[in-house]
Amino acid sequence: MTPSATVANNGLARNVSVDQVAVEERAASLAKRSLKKSAKIAGLRLSVRMMDLTTLEGKDTPGKVRALCAKAMLPLDSDPTIGPTAAICVYPNMVPVAKHALRGSKVKVASVATAFPSGLSPLSIKLDDVRRAVEFGADEIDMVIDRGAMLAGDYQKVFDEIAATKDACGAAHLKVILETGELGSYDVVRRASDIAIAAGGDFIKTSTGKIQPAATPSVTLVMLEAIRDHYYATGKRIGMKPAGGVRTAKQALHYLVIVKETLGDAWLDPDLFRFGASALLNDVLMQLEKERTGFYQAAEDFSKD
Amino acid sequence: MATQRKSIKRTDAAKIAASEPDLGFTGESLWQYAPSPESTDHVVLQKRYELFIGGKWVAPKSKKYFATINPATEQVIAEVAEGDAADIDAAVRAARSAYEKIWSKMRPSERAKYIYRIARAIQEKARELAIVESMDGGKPIKESRDFDVPTASAHFFYHAGWADKLDLAFHGRPYRSLGVAGQIIPWNFPLLMAAWKIAPALACGNTVVLKPAETTPLTALLLAKIFEEIELPPGVVNIVTGARATGAALVAHPDVNKIAFTGSTDVGKRIQAEVAGTGKRLTLELGGKAANIVFADAPLDQAVDGIVNGIYFNQGHVCCAGSRLLVEESVHDIVVRKLRDRVATMRVGDPLDKNTDIGAINSKMQLDKIRALVAAGESEGAERWSSPCALPKKGYFFPPTFFTNVAQSSRIAREEIFGPVLSVLTFRTPDEALEKANNTMYGLSAGIWTDKGAKIFWMAQRLQAGVIWANTFNKFDPSSPFGGYKESGFGREGGRQGLSAYVEVG
Repeated sequence: MTPSATVANNGLARNVSVDQVAVEERAASLAKRSLKKSAKIAGLRLSVRMMDLTTLEGKDTPGKVRALCAKAMLPLDSDPTIGPTAAICVYPNMVPVAKHALRGSKVKVASVATAFPSGLSPLSIKLDDVRRAVEFGADEIDMVIDRGAMLAGDYQKVFDEIAATKDACGAAHLKVILETGELGSYDVVRRASDIAIAAGGDFIKTSTGKIQPAATPSVTLVMLEAIRDHYYATGKRIGMKPAGGVRTAKQALHYLVIVKETLGDAWLDPDLFRFGASALLNDVLMQLEKERTGFYQAAEDFSKD
Repeated sequence: MATQRKSIKRTDAAKIAASEPDLGFTGESLWQYAPSPESTDHVVLQKRYELFIGGKWVAPKSKKYFATINPATEQVIAEVAEGDAADIDAAVRAARSAYEKIWSKMRPSERAKYIYRIARAIQEKARELAIVESMDGGKPIKESRDFDVPTASAHFFYHAGWADKLDLAFHGRPYRSLGVAGQIIPWNFPLLMAAWKIAPALACGNTVVLKPAETTPLTALLLAKIFEEIELPPGVVNIVTGARATGAALVAHPDVNKIAFTGSTDVGKRIQAEVAGTGKRLTLELGGKAANIVFADAPLDQAVDGIVNGIYFNQGHVCCAGSRLLVEESVHDIVVRKLRDRVATMRVGDPLDKNTDIGAINSKMQLDKIRALVAAGESEGAERWSSPCALPKKGYFFPPTFFTNVAQSSRIAREEIFGPVLSVLTFRTPDEALEKANNTMYGLSAGIWTDKGAKIFWMAQRLQAGVIWANTFNKFDPSSPFGGYKESGFGREGGRQGLSAYVEVG
């Protein structure tokens, strides 16, 4: 590691504070944007293309992953112009299955790694986990930070592990999961965001989906503000991925509004913004079908994968 | 290593000035919000409104009417009676009679019931009131819907609760109501200001003659319809519309016991001179030039939201607006940078569109005044930035604007602009911030942004302002007294303290 790659040298020794009441108020005020007709349809179609369709369960099987891949490539068989989703997000052992199922499509394969979801394993094992997933063909790695180190104030350890993981990723993109539901305050979320960005994360991501609360609009806003400050300082665009807890089309549109009004239209792109979700897709499809036909279709009309 | 660390400690602002990456808020947007106008279908406005005196709608003695227009379309939306001295006299007589015969004799718990009914009726008619408020005054529907109308209702609820508990309000001292209150309200929060004035007056047992502002009379008249509907005894509240002469007649009327005025400092001074020696009680809530003070240790992103809310709320037509931003010099550049990007996202236009952040300027006269002061700021050498947002072709609109490089002596740092125009000044130390903040003839409100509690208390103890917000701005609650220091007026509205403006305490 080069001497410059330290927390102190990245200006991270200083804390950027966040006001809880004000940031929650701002996030809530953006939920009041009224999105109708063409704006709603465009936002929902974009949401589909931003989705990391996710299955992260102990009971995942090749069959389940293949079904999810089919859904990712063609979310709605009646309208092939919708989608595909940005990626499929799976455990490392499922990467080869997904890679094979998605061959020829633009859908990326994201793999969680680094002893997901707790991250409480030795670094060498976590890095092996990453290298293995990349060898299996993962295009993107979703790592978890060491929340214990973060809360204990060992920011250098958090930084170093992210930097080492980035090295292990090679060409694969790195998303850094902060697990905001375990960090306790927006101040710590902000600090973790700054560290993750400085240490080389391409994306910062709220949650594993295994802890409540997962993504919230206000925690996402705090992270977007960190991304904005990095952009102001360097001109570099870091991506954002709220994960877990985004279940409805209405919530998805709220997130897009927050992104649009915090970072601008450049971030309204699957390269810079993703939803980590499993239940969200069908609700978005249902709303899109409602806009197209004027009627709500039964839930059974959408495939449950 | 040491030099490297030093170079990193340089403020981000220096780097930003050099590279200035653009978030692109000012260009054509890829994802537009479609228009989302609030439907006005169920709002039925009369062509003409009479005066509300003694529980009846009566024609003005002068037979004169004036038009009230929608400032977003410049179209006439209704005609309103122009009350003169004779109408004011009739209204004061009705109020006196209602005071003597009914209201002052009524059990306080009965008075409370009427006030509760008003509060509930406002809730029931919230949508209609919000739409009319936005049509008549130009404010965005999201504000009239989410702030003006609910807060107006909350003021009636709060004061209804006091009506039969006044024994607890004045430390056990005896008290009695004053009689007839003459109330003159401004055009920036028409319904809410009516509520601020009427609710405590009624709770304390007084009767009222209210003169709404000339450009925004409609929601006060809808409130009169509510009084009819809930069967408030005739004469307890009378509403006489008109312009300055109507207000002057109310101030001059010999049988009025109390004048409550919210409006400009000039008019307030004249009223005070007029009332002097008459025995009339007086409260004045006048202009402001509030300092919104941002320290370097503040949560800056939230401070920027607070700056925006402080000055652009209600097009800046707010007497307690944070119109002077005092920012610690070490974070000036980054704060201005953030402010510019944030303001560029604000949507200016149709007040009835649910996505509008900044609506129409209330009147042509006010728009001209804003333009004149902005021109003065430019000629005095301040640097102007205005949002490049598109403005509607018709109607009175002004883009959100701020000035940097503003001198403390400049007109835009001293005079109340009452529009969406912010003046940015810098300071180096808390002492300097305090000195600059207090260096104004006004003293209505102030804001402090810092992560340090001790700094908040140190500043708050020394700021000469009636309302001080810490890490927030423009927050109102009926239980919190509101009022000014110095030329911002005297007397308090709201809270236990506000009640004393409507009673004589023994």
